[in-house]
This record gives sequence, C-alpha cells and structure tokens, in this order.
Amino acid sequence: MSGLARARLARARASPWPETWVAAAFIAPAALVILLVVVIPLGRAAWMSVFDISLVRPGNEPFVGLRNYIEQLTSGDFWAATARALFFTVVSTALELGFGLALALLMSQPLRFQWFLRAIIILPWALPTIVNALMWRWIDNAEYGALNALLTQLGLLHEYKVWLSNSDIAMWMVIVADVWKMTPLVAILLFAALQSVDRELIEVARVDGASGLQAFRRIVLPLIMPVVLIVLVLRTMEAFKVFDIIWIMTGGGPANATQTVAIYAYQTAYQGYDFGRGAALGYIIALVIMVLAAVYLRLLGRTGR
Amino acid sequence: MPSPPVAVLRHRRPPPAVRVRRLARAAFLYAGMIVALVVVLAPFAWLLISSVAEPVDLLERPLRWIPAHISLNRFVDLTVGSTPDDSALGFRAAFLNSTIIASTVTLVSMVVGTLAAYAFARLRFPGRSWLVLAFMATYMLPPIALILPLYQIMSSLHLRDTPFALIIIYSSFVTPFVIWIMRGYIESISPDLDDAARVDGCSRLGALWRVVVPVAAPGLLSTALLAFLMAWDEFLYALIITQTNASKTLPIAINDFIGRHGVDFGLLATGGVIAALPPVLIAFIFQRYIVAGLTAGSVKG
Repeated sequence: MSGLARARLARARASPWPETWVAAAFIAPAALVILLVVVIPLGRAAWMSVFDISLVRPGNEPFVGLRNYIEQLTSGDFWAATARALFFTVVSTALELGFGLALALLMSQPLRFQWFLRAIIILPWALPTIVNALMWRWIDNAEYGALNALLTQLGLLHEYKVWLSNSDIAMWMVIVADVWKMTPLVAILLFAALQSVDRELIEVARVDGASGLQAFRRIVLPLIMPVVLIVLVLRTMEAFKVFDIIWIMTGGGPANATQTVAIYAYQTAYQGYDFGRGAALGYIIALVIMVLAAVYLRLLGRTGR
Repeated sequence: MPSPPVAVLRHRRPPPAVRVRRLARAAFLYAGMIVALVVVLAPFAWLLISSVAEPVDLLERPLRWIPAHISLNRFVDLTVGSTPDDSALGFRAAFLNSTIIASTVTLVSMVVGTLAAYAFARLRFPGRSWLVLAFMATYMLPPIALILPLYQIMSSLHLRDTPFALIIIYSSFVTPFVIWIMRGYIESISPDLDDAARVDGCSRLGALWRVVVPVAAPGLLSTALLAFLMAWDEFLYALIITQTNASKTLPIAINDFIGRHGVDFGLLATGGVIAALPPVLIAFIFQRYIVAGLTAGSVKG
C-alpha cells in the first residue's frame, strides 16, 4: 500500500464516526428484534412466573413469589416428565451418534455408488418435522401400518401389534422417528470432520503395522473427537427441549408415557390454563438448556475454527 | 522403511489370505451401504406410495405394497382442483402463508443479521465478544420459555393469527443464527479487501455491500437456505399464534387434517409430500451449500 493510500485509509478509519458508533448502528436492527421478541417476553415470563395466573379465574391473580417454582421442583409429575425427557435425550443422542459415526465412516470408503449414498443421505434431515412425525405415525399405525405389515409378512410377528398406543413402546417409536431424521445430520457433520483428517497419518500408521481399528482408535478418533463432543452437546440440547415430533406422534400419551418436560409445560399452560406455573416451567427448562449451551459454546471456543 | 517401486506392488498378486480378507471387507461395506440405502429410502417410498394410493388399497390386509389403483386425485384436490373442500382451502392458504412467512423471514434475517455479523467480524468495540454470545444464547433459548408471554403480547396487540406475528417471532431466532454463521464467513475474508474499498472512498456500508457481500455469496446462499428451512419447519410458535387460514402455516394445516373426520392417512401423505417438496428439493439441489452451512453453523463457530 502506498503512503498516500495508507493516509487515506487512516482518514477513512478515523472519520467521521468512531467505530463503536458504526458498530452500534449495524447491530441495532438485530438488537431491536431480539429486544422485542426475546428480552421483553423473557422479562414478562419472569413476572408471570411469580403470580398464580389461571385463565379459568380471570382478574384474580395473586402474587405467590417462588411458589410456582417450588411446587414444580417438588412435584412428582415434573420429575417424571424430566426423566422421560432425559430418557429420550440419552437414547436418541446415543443412537444418532453411534449410527451417525458408522454412516460417516461408510461414506468415507471408496465404494462404487458412493455418490448416490452421499447424495440422498441429507433427505431425511430435510423432511419437515411435521411430515416426518406423521409419516412414522402412519407407518406405526396399529391396524394398517407398514411396520406391522412388514414384520408379519417377514414372519417376525404373528399378529398385528399396537405400537404408539402401548405405553411401554411409544417412546421407543418416537425415538426411532427422531433417530431416522437426525442421524443423517450427525453423519454429515462427522463425515466433514473425517474428510479433514490427514490420510497420510493413517497410512503411516498402517505401514508401521497398526490394524485398521487401531489406526481409527488412536489417530482418527482423537482428531475428530472435538467435533464428536460438539455434536453430542448440540444434539443433547435439541433433544432435551423436544416438543414437536412427540406432540404430533403421540400428543404426550398414551397415559403420559411420552410426556417430556416441554410437553408437560405446554399442557400445564394450555390445557390446565395455568400460565403462572407454565411460565415457571419454561424458565426451568430454559435454565437447563442455557447450561448446556454454555458447555457447547465453551467447546466451540476451545476447538472451533 | 523405503517403499518398493509402484510397478512391483501392482504386479505382485497379494497372497490368498489377504485377498479373502479384502473381499470380506468389501462385502461387509457394500452390505452396510445397502442397509443404509434401504433404511433411508424405504420410508420415503412408502410416503410416496401412500400419497397416490386409493384409500381402499391403504386399508387392505394383508397390505399390498404396490397399490392396485393409483391416482393423483388428492394432489389435484389439494392444489388446483376447482371444488376445494375445507381441507384443501386450508392447505392452499397455508402453503401461501408458509411461502410468504419463510421468504420474508429469510430476507429480513439475512439483511439484519449480515449487518450485525459484519460489525462483529470487522469492527472493534467494547463488549463485542459477550454480545455475540448473548445473541447466540437467544438462538438456543427453548421456545417453550417464550410462548406464554408472546401469546399474551400478540393477543393484546391484536397481532395473534397474523403472518406478521410469526414473521417477527421467527426472525428473532433466525437472525442470531445468521449472525453466528455469517460472522464466521466474513472473518474468513481478508480485511485487506474492504480496506482497499474504503481507500477508494467506500463507506463501511459500501464496503460491506460492494466487496464483502459478493465475496461471501456462497456463504450467504448457504445461510439463506438454512434460514428458509428453519422458518418452513417451525411448529410450536405457529401452534399457539395461528387460529385460522389467515395465518396458519403448513405444519399446522397438515396437523389439522388429523381428527376432522378421523385420520385420513392418504390425505396426510399427499399433503406431506407437497409440504416436503420445497425443503427436500432445496436440500437436494443446493446440497453443497446446505452441508457447508450446517458445518459452519454447528461445529465451526
């Protein structure tokens, strides 16, 4: 850069607004949206959560302090719903990571028709949640569903079975639907990580006598571990707040068997008309998610880029 | 260890044990591939078959996988048929609403988010790093924590059941996502480029528009596509905000198919296929951009 250009750049940088003001102007529109739709509602939710607001009893909304929170944290229903959410989270995340890693490894092999697998793998992820949930609800249908038809025709099942209306199995069926949709995402992210592993490292290890499995465990896995961890936390966060796929497939039933904590909060507010307790529940869930988010951002900050 | 010349490697046949092992490995991998393809494609196939099968065929036992009667009647009824019933009217209105809402959200979030992303990537100001994290936190906030106050606020402003309410709500979580991902893209562009533009007399805004935006075009496309898919897919906010065809989006309209006259799974499948078409086509055609965006958005930071 010539001296003249440098001088002009310095002038451009110095003029006429300080950088902080420019930044403020650039960020202001985004900040306004967040203020209106997130910050103000969050404040209002905090306010609501310390009152006893019942829609069946308008006009009588006494201040109750932290009672809504204490009631929930000591209620069996709340902890049962939390346990179900944890079950859904642990099982679906574990399956998605396991299958996702297997799929990513498969996708990195030099196989014929590999292009086809790589081209279609994204499709389940792209299917809207509503369509995915209804599709599986149809497949799992007790009387006309494809699952019953397939299993009986293969001789694996003697008579048609109830899936979604069976409280022992319903959660597993929801997990199947979620795993089917989200495993491709995990596979795509892990595949990208695998692509960035230097192939020479593996070849050197193989030449030195390491088996394929050893090379994977000692070299590949440590190198992709940061991404695995990030995906793990990300999926955990998404799974714990799960609402739509369950709501559409089972509505939280049968007999609350699939009522996760977000479903429980929704039902408390909109079916129990109890907005005070609902708001408190929303805050409790948000707190859990924010802790996970902090872990996630920390992992990103340490390993990202 | 010095490696033998390539020619030697090529001409020496590996010993039988090695060949058997290689064959077994290939068989295992191809078997895995077939399983993966079947598991991914079979549900789609069944959805497509259900969407064109006559209701009689879907209710047959034992089920025949290839229906005896195939018709596109339900596709026609839901989209262009001249005597639409309530379901069809609702579906058409919802398709329009979803298109308008998702497009507007994408446009608004891209403009507002890219502006902020530029500031975070290029400008130095106090509180920059925590402000980025604050935006990111709002993106991750579970909707369940916000639906009650938003429901009340939108009701009292008489904005419930309007597309506008959904547009502003969706923008509130799509914008932070855009900021997050675009900041990364802009940081990866050399600052010399916008410095050069500024020497030539561009303002900050001019540099962003004339230099950064063209260079970051692939990133912008990735981000915009993901933004559109997020808005297209949203369910919970739509469930509490929408009431009538004036604002119902596709997920809600399709969910409404349930229960009106029992569950007509054929109709659900047809509606589902139509609703899935835009996102599935986008993902398929723009796969490279979607994958790049997903990686940048979730594991790169």
